[in-house]
Amino acid sequence: MRIAFLTDIHGNLEALNATLLAVRGGGFDQIVILGDLVGYGPDPIAIVETVGALVGEGAICIKGNHDAAACATSSGMSENARIAADWTRDQLHAPHLDFLSALPMSVTQDDRLYVHASARSPEKWPYIRSADAAAECLAATDTRLIFVGHTHIPVVFHGLPGKPPSTFIPAANVEMPISSLRRAVTVVGSVGQPRDGIAAACYGVFDTGQRTITMKRVPYDHSQTAEKIRRAGLPFWLGDRLAFGK
Amino acid sequence: MERIGPGSVIDGFTLQSKFAKGGMGALWNATKEGIDYPLVLKMPFLDPGQDVSTIVGFEIEEMILKRLTGPHVPKFAGSGDLSATPYIAMELVRGENLETYLSKAPLPVAELKRIAIDISTAIGALHRQKVIHLDLKPENIFLTTRGAVLIDYGLARHLALPDLLAEESSVPMGTPAYISPEQVVGHRNSTASDIFSLGCILYELATAEKPFGEPGTEAGMRRRLFQSPTPPRDITPDLPRWFQEVIQKCMEVDPARRYADTGQLLFDLNNPDQVVIKERKPKKAAGFLAKVTQFFSKEKAEAFALPSLSTAKNSNDTTVIMVAVDLADGADPLAQTVRSEAARILWTAPSAKLACFTVLKTRLIGEDQSVGEDGKSAYVNRLVQLKDWAQPYELPEDLISYHVIEALDPAQAILDFASRNDVGHIVIGARGSSALRRHLGSVSAKVVAESLCSCTVIRLRKEEHEAMNREQQEVSLP
Repeated sequence: MRIAFLTDIHGNLEALNATLLAVRGGGFDQIVILGDLVGYGPDPIAIVETVGALVGEGAICIKGNHDAAACATSSGMSENARIAADWTRDQLHAPHLDFLSALPMSVTQDDRLYVHASARSPEKWPYIRSADAAAECLAATDTRLIFVGHTHIPVVFHGLPGKPPSTFIPAANVEMPISSLRRAVTVVGSVGQPRDGIAAACYGVFDTGQRTITMKRVPYDHSQTAEKIRRAGLPFWLGDRLAFGK
Repeated sequence: MERIGPGSVIDGFTLQSKFAKGGMGALWNATKEGIDYPLVLKMPFLDPGQDVSTIVGFEIEEMILKRLTGPHVPKFAGSGDLSATPYIAMELVRGENLETYLSKAPLPVAELKRIAIDISTAIGALHRQKVIHLDLKPENIFLTTRGAVLIDYGLARHLALPDLLAEESSVPMGTPAYISPEQVVGHRNSTASDIFSLGCILYELATAEKPFGEPGTEAGMRRRLFQSPTPPRDITPDLPRWFQEVIQKCMEVDPARRYADTGQLLFDLNNPDQVVIKERKPKKAAGFLAKVTQFFSKEKAEAFALPSLSTAKNSNDTTVIMVAVDLADGADPLAQTVRSEAARILWTAPSAKLACFTVLKTRLIGEDQSVGEDGKSAYVNRLVQLKDWAQPYELPEDLISYHVIEALDPAQAILDFASRNDVGHIVIGARGSSALRRHLGSVSAKVVAESLCSCTVIRLRKEEHEAMNREQQEVSLP
């Protein structure tokens, strides 16, 4: 089975459309969206509706902190994130908010756990930016493989059970094998706001037969998204950063 | 899992007989329908109490072998789920194991050279697939009819994939007699490590002695960080100097001072007369001063040579650039432009070696005018011309070589040289594109069409070309 992981779309329709074009031609058996459909970007309605249609076709979708913020309050967020979250809440209609608030915090499928931030206290949205944070995540569950988003920086923390995990940053489009003996936390890169210095949208692939993880990159027209962000009156930086993948 | 024995079938592989068994696992001869080459199944003992490095070594071999292709590695035939029935099925390599040559050492230089070329070619094929072997030793090398085949990838490293061994162990991983200094201190990311191990192997084949013995302790292995072995010619005096130089350059402590890649190594092996013999300091002297010097050089080795590992060349950069220049009309404007354009390419690859190449067109027998008016042969004249043409490069002598080749077909001579020496980039000039030239076929067109590496064709702009032709006509007027 080939699974495509999309995460941190953040209202970026250009990035999502480009990614879905690649995913639809990629022969996938399952699409998993790891949360943060909205926030930052100018097209929350279109994103929620597109993802809603995907879920109707069998995709799994997890709730992210920005999805939760759009339904409730924006406390605890950075200034730009809070402005964007408040703006997003104003844009969305009741059915969109209902869809977001009904999203599950995590889903387990076979030996895999899907969660937005971490298996360890997912409702507190901790960031997995280090092998230590990954070890805490691994310790919080008995599933072998965990797929998360949230940091916008693709990385795989992997190790034999009971051993501290090692950090590996997979090169774009290169298959990384993960033997069936290993456990791993795979942090999938962001579709709509990459922060690893690469502007192209990122999505993850897991091949359950081959046991390989790949971070795929899809170039998209980020200047158009930036222009929409400016026109929507959102902070300019939210558009400018897309060109640098920062 | 049921008991494994002869006749057991695993994923379609039928076990025949067990032919080796060690602490890590067992090897079985096997067959499978549809596979017409002899097979071996490697089955590890992955008991819960098993040493982690055994498990990781097996994971690595499975991960890397399945990604390798070509004649210099055993064919991968399949593998089992490591958590269920772990095995790797691969081609059983038939040929002579290099270990059998050790009893015949010291080998004659012709044989050393042939073996060195075969192994370097195989290592180069591995490195071009982003894989470093990291455990080259005679028992892991087979000499076969299809060239050298390298086996056993349990310590190997794929540069685009995670290094599963990196964080599993703090002890040096390799074979004490052949391990590179940088591996001794835990670096596993340099293709130069394989070149060092090859140097140790060639040393042993040339002298019948292991350069560093077989140290049993880590301290013993570390000695190679600051102490060079006895020069091979001190043991085998009739070993040619050039071959000693090749061995010593492979075995430099600082990876940056070794051959930048197997291409440059092959170049020296194929062109012994172009090997630059370097002065090397004697191994060690007794006395206080020597001890101080040694201590210092040990410090230096640790402080300078090793950190440079991280910046050691590891890419697939071209390291032999061939510039083919036509000097039949002297250093004409085209030859000058070829020189400056090649300089630009060279500038982007600072450690590359430049092979300057020109063809002396041979005439038919009986018309030979190879001795000019001044009594020098045309060959020597052309060599002088070529060196003069290349003088502005101001390259150190071990990074430039000169080749005047007599041939009837210049394009074929260029192509032969490039393939024999693993050239990564050919720079060649093209004369104008007249109808006549198109009809007869130009040298550069044939080179571009048939070469197996990158080619850059240098042309003068139309006006420059016309000006050059005018000049040449004027010169040839009486």
